[in-house]
Amino acid sequence: MGADIIFWMVVALTVGSAFLVVLSQNLIYSAIALLFSFMGVAGLYIFMMADFIAATQIVIYVGGILVLIIFGIMLTQRIRDVRISHTSMQRGIGGVVVTLIFLGLFRMITGSPWHFEAIPEVEGTVSGIGKLLMVEYLLPFEVTSVLLLAALMGAAMLSRRGD
Amino acid sequence: MVVPLEHVIILSGLLFSIGVMGVLFRRNVIIIFMSIELMLNAVNLALVGFSRYHNNVDGQVFVFLVMTLAAAEVSVGLAIIVALFRNRQTVNINEMNLMKN
Repeated sequence: MGADIIFWMVVALTVGSAFLVVLSQNLIYSAIALLFSFMGVAGLYIFMMADFIAATQIVIYVGGILVLIIFGIMLTQRIRDVRISHTSMQRGIGGVVVTLIFLGLFRMITGSPWHFEAIPEVEGTVSGIGKLLMVEYLLPFEVTSVLLLAALMGAAMLSRRGD
Repeated sequence: MVVPLEHVIILSGLLFSIGVMGVLFRRNVIIIFMSIELMLNAVNLALVGFSRYHNNVDGQVFVFLVMTLAAAEVSVGLAIIVALFRNRQTVNINEMNLMKN
């Protein structure tokens, strides 16, 4: 099955680059790995028939957030010592905590009876999302716009030089 | 191809755990920031999976709002990190201990 192979390749891309983000010594490599991880998640959205969300993921995360993070790296590292590693302090305890969290989630997920059956084909989700945003979730939508305005002003104020 | 729900949710849990790992292991603020983005992505993935299997798009509206929130968070957070770096010349969280004693 071609789709199966592609699905597992996308999963491997997502998880592998997520590990690279966390474990890479070089900050720039981490940022690039984060790019591939975001792309992988967008691919998974496509597998779940969420076309609008997949496009939004690429536009917002890859086009906006990742570029901002790379700007942040450029502004805070002296380029000469790019490999400021600061690898780890408590790798032992941290590893135990992470393993426990993952095992707990895994047990909970595999132990629950899921009763849903996915409908094999759905039409585009854009019109549904648009109607929900403009009718049912109008208030959260408007509040989000106020939040974005506040974030814009806060970021501008915080990063202003001097005084 | 219909992806089984359990695969999606387990993958989401795995991504979340990787994000937690980044927050716990690394000492560089920007890496911690990226790990938080990974965790947000994991939650979004779970929401989209459930939206698909409940067969309504409310979950995707939530994902949309979470993405907007993530964008706001990144802009403010990076502004804070840049201001911090300008004042203290470091991005190592072990050296950001002004309020410790």
